[in-house]
Amino acid sequence: MMTFIWIGLMLVVLSILGLLLRIFWGPSIPDRVIALDAFGVTLISAIALLSVLFGTGFFMEVILLIAVMSFIGTVAFSKFIEKGEIIERDRNS
Amino acid sequence: MIVIANILVVLLISIGVIFTVVAVIGVLRLPDVYTRSHAATKSTTFGVLCTLSGVFLYFWLIEGDFNIKLLLGIVFLFITAPIGGHIMGRAAYISGVKPSELTVKDELEEVVKQAKKDRTSQKMKSDED
Repeated sequence: MMTFIWIGLMLVVLSILGLLLRIFWGPSIPDRVIALDAFGVTLISAIALLSVLFGTGFFMEVILLIAVMSFIGTVAFSKFIEKGEIIERDRNS
Repeated sequence: MIVIANILVVLLISIGVIFTVVAVIGVLRLPDVYTRSHAATKSTTFGVLCTLSGVFLYFWLIEGDFNIKLLLGIVFLFITAPIGGHIMGRAAYISGVKPSELTVKDELEEVVKQAKKDRTSQKMKSDED
């Protein structure tokens, strides 16, 4: 069982490295932001596998925090790319 | 009983890891932003959902610990990851990233052009006022 989890963790970490390659290469900024979003989601599954390996349930707060932070980061980046500002003050435009 | 639990956990985690690896191959190899976001949001979300469900079943059935925070994480990811992908694709289109040359049809082009024209004319009108 633990060997299987180690192999899965290794594959997930390799896929995180692939996403890092896309973040470095990405021809446009939205490419990088999408890869960063997928990076956060993949990091969550790596942390879940690590918590199985360590046998504790204390990493669940980390999972929730990374999920919230990655979502808010994606939304803020996309609003910045689209309009040039994150918090709009003029509601009519 | 413990054998069935082990089989379930191994099955779910292996499906999740396979989907994550396939998603990353898609992100590395597909030609433009829109297809890449298709790979990066959908299959990554499914992969991480399967992995988290496997970990949840592991803690519940084998260690005897019903972890409600993990369930909350699963539900939150299931709601937010497609929203992030959608809003990012929209921002990419509006900021002017070109689709690849293999794209057959672009139905959004005229709508976005019309909306930009309307917005500039409205802004000129409000400036005159």
